[in-house]
Amino acid sequence: MFGTVAMLAACAQAPATTDDTNSAAASDFLPCMVSDAGGFDDKSFNQLGFEGLTEASEALGVDPITVESTSETDYQSNVQNLVDQGCSLIVTVGFNLAAATVESALANPEVNFAIIDNDADLDFDGAVDAPNIKPIIFDTAPAAFLAGYAAAGYSKTGVVGTYGGMQFPTVTIFMDGFADGVAYYNEQNGTDVKSLGWDVASQTGSFTGGFAAGVESLANAQGLIDQNADVLLPVGGPIFLSAIEAIKSSGKDIAMVGVDADLYETDATNKSLFLTSILKGIKVSVSDVVSGAGEDSFDATPYVGTLDNDGVGIASFHDFESKVPSTLGDELDAIKAGIIDGSITVESPSSPKQ
Amino acid sequence: MSDATPPAAPAPARPASGPATKDGSERWNQTLRDITGGSAMISLLAVLVALVVGAILIAFTNEGVQETAGYFFSRPTDLLRAVWDAVSGAYSALFQGAIYNFRANNFLTAIRPLTETLTFATPLIAAGLGVGLAFRVGMFNIGGRGQMLIAAGAAGYVAFAVELPAGIHLIVAVLAGLLGGAIWGGVVGLLKARTGAHEVIVTIMLNFVALYLIQFLLRTPGALQAPGSNNPKTPPMLPTAVFPDLFGPRYNLHAGFLTVIAATIFVWWLLSRSNLGFQFRAVGQNPNAARVAGINVKNVYLYAMAISGALVGLAGVNQVLGTLTTGFSSGIDAGIGFDAITVALLGRSKPWGIFAAGVLFGAFKAGGFAMQAAEGVPIDIVVVVQALIVLFIAAPPLVRAMFHLPTPGTTKKPRIRKTNEVVAK
Repeated sequence: MFGTVAMLAACAQAPATTDDTNSAAASDFLPCMVSDAGGFDDKSFNQLGFEGLTEASEALGVDPITVESTSETDYQSNVQNLVDQGCSLIVTVGFNLAAATVESALANPEVNFAIIDNDADLDFDGAVDAPNIKPIIFDTAPAAFLAGYAAAGYSKTGVVGTYGGMQFPTVTIFMDGFADGVAYYNEQNGTDVKSLGWDVASQTGSFTGGFAAGVESLANAQGLIDQNADVLLPVGGPIFLSAIEAIKSSGKDIAMVGVDADLYETDATNKSLFLTSILKGIKVSVSDVVSGAGEDSFDATPYVGTLDNDGVGIASFHDFESKVPSTLGDELDAIKAGIIDGSITVESPSSPKQ
Repeated sequence: MSDATPPAAPAPARPASGPATKDGSERWNQTLRDITGGSAMISLLAVLVALVVGAILIAFTNEGVQETAGYFFSRPTDLLRAVWDAVSGAYSALFQGAIYNFRANNFLTAIRPLTETLTFATPLIAAGLGVGLAFRVGMFNIGGRGQMLIAAGAAGYVAFAVELPAGIHLIVAVLAGLLGGAIWGGVVGLLKARTGAHEVIVTIMLNFVALYLIQFLLRTPGALQAPGSNNPKTPPMLPTAVFPDLFGPRYNLHAGFLTVIAATIFVWWLLSRSNLGFQFRAVGQNPNAARVAGINVKNVYLYAMAISGALVGLAGVNQVLGTLTTGFSSGIDAGIGFDAITVALLGRSKPWGIFAAGVLFGAFKAGGFAMQAAEGVPIDIVVVVQALIVLFIAAPPLVRAMFHLPTPGTTKKPRIRKTNEVVAK
């Protein structure tokens, strides 16, 4: 059976031989990307960055080179090999690659670099360490603050909970904002909604110890559900999948807050569970930086995603529109405006230093 | 093959005469000896076959090949050319990334890949020696990850937090790392000797203990975390504690490579020239006979695991003081603790064999980057090739059957050799 199919499949006509030169864009711009040890299929910043790069490259008509790292000793070699391949822009993903990026940027001033989720400031002097690195960073705390406020407003049991993958600043910034948002809701409305799983003052909380869906994540979600939480915020790539499993097996009416992308759209099979999502515009910003560099307008000033420039934000309530208090949307708009004009300050120890 | 066995009765009678209770551990020891003690020829052929299977995988995953396979019957040469392009491109990139870059415009740049290979080989050789030493004593040390992490943590802490004069600082940092690895390995030997705990279970479990311990220390200010940062990463090592470059700043190869050459000589001397090494090998051959001969088997387990841990620890030391001196996080072991098992198997647990196997794996590592960057071949192919090598080494009869090699221990009959020659022609 298979053999027959294979035979038939191999019977197609040979194409004409003159389609070799489809790279007629005549551009010598070559965008490249190095993943961290998570790989490009991590359903998180590697993947979103990769999608942004692909999108921009298609628009520019160039073929990007992308390489995956498998361990932290790979970073330097991978960046070096991309320089050797003649890349004009090298996008590196994550704080793990900061040292390799800075070293390579200083050694190769003619190559441009961009680094996602890191400020490339290894000596902590408040400035980027090399003139040809553009940091792409996000002030996620205000967006998570809005989600925390919304979760507190929605919760019927008066308990909401969060947990993270690993205790990285890019993870805990979500948890800081979320817990502060719940506290702000209590302050404004005189309620006593409890936020479990993260203590902002001591910076301690629940973590699964990795960025993979599995029993650790399931146990964390189950623990929060057992403590009566009815809104969950799992922060860290695919760990939310296990939280969905825990919600479904509990049989209770529990909502979830997504991170990075609008999970209502990217995970449509479970869309009825998502109260909202905390958005982090990695894909758009990487795409912008790559297109900008492709049009010869690379500049190394850091890109900081904020509520103001829509680099971060929260998704709409979608199916939950009818289930949340009718005034909640307006209150969130007011808070968002307050954060943007500075009358409400949301700060996290993990916020990008500007 | 069966006709090679003499029909005489004594052969099957011999195992039956031993006490039945020892059967399980006897068989385990025998299997371990078989796998770790095969011939160099099997190693060589295993690498060869793995590379051939790797080539097939490269061809299958190549887009050009998939495209041309669609119209194979209408123009078969396209497919063949695509296969050739994919495979030769990938392996030539591997070669140029690992040994000599033909496209470079001068010799000093062209030879850089070879120094990269040796840099990546350095920790693999050190950890391979540790695992191989344990093999020779009949023990399976799967705790390389934990031993490396503890050693890296100890050496790293001394290297960035303690200020000492140049030279002394490096030596103290290296010794701290070796001691850390020795303790982490020695605990296993102690548990095995005193309580009979199986070293496979204990080493695996201690991997997790070490991992979470290091992760905890990495986010505890004042321990391993860099001051002023909130990322789980250490500060850079102080320059006084870093292995100096062997051939100047142009190359990454550092003096850590000399330490593994010294370690290889040490292990060779230990195993084949020293009294302790003789006891190691005797216990590895047959612990019961060794005990009867007056060897303190429990102490041998303890010493062997401590030395094995220290050697694996040397790999961790090399990672933090040589390969990645800008600070490390909990992934610093880079899977070398497990790759070392393959290296030790491929090197047949013999010091210089491990050295050669480590250099080969270093070449795979260094060349893998170039293969990925230049040809877009997934880095996983290299991992698959390494895994296949283990598979073929662990199944010597398979490799022997593929190449019509004689089974060791059987007498070669002239008649059989004659047939083989006819087949070969």
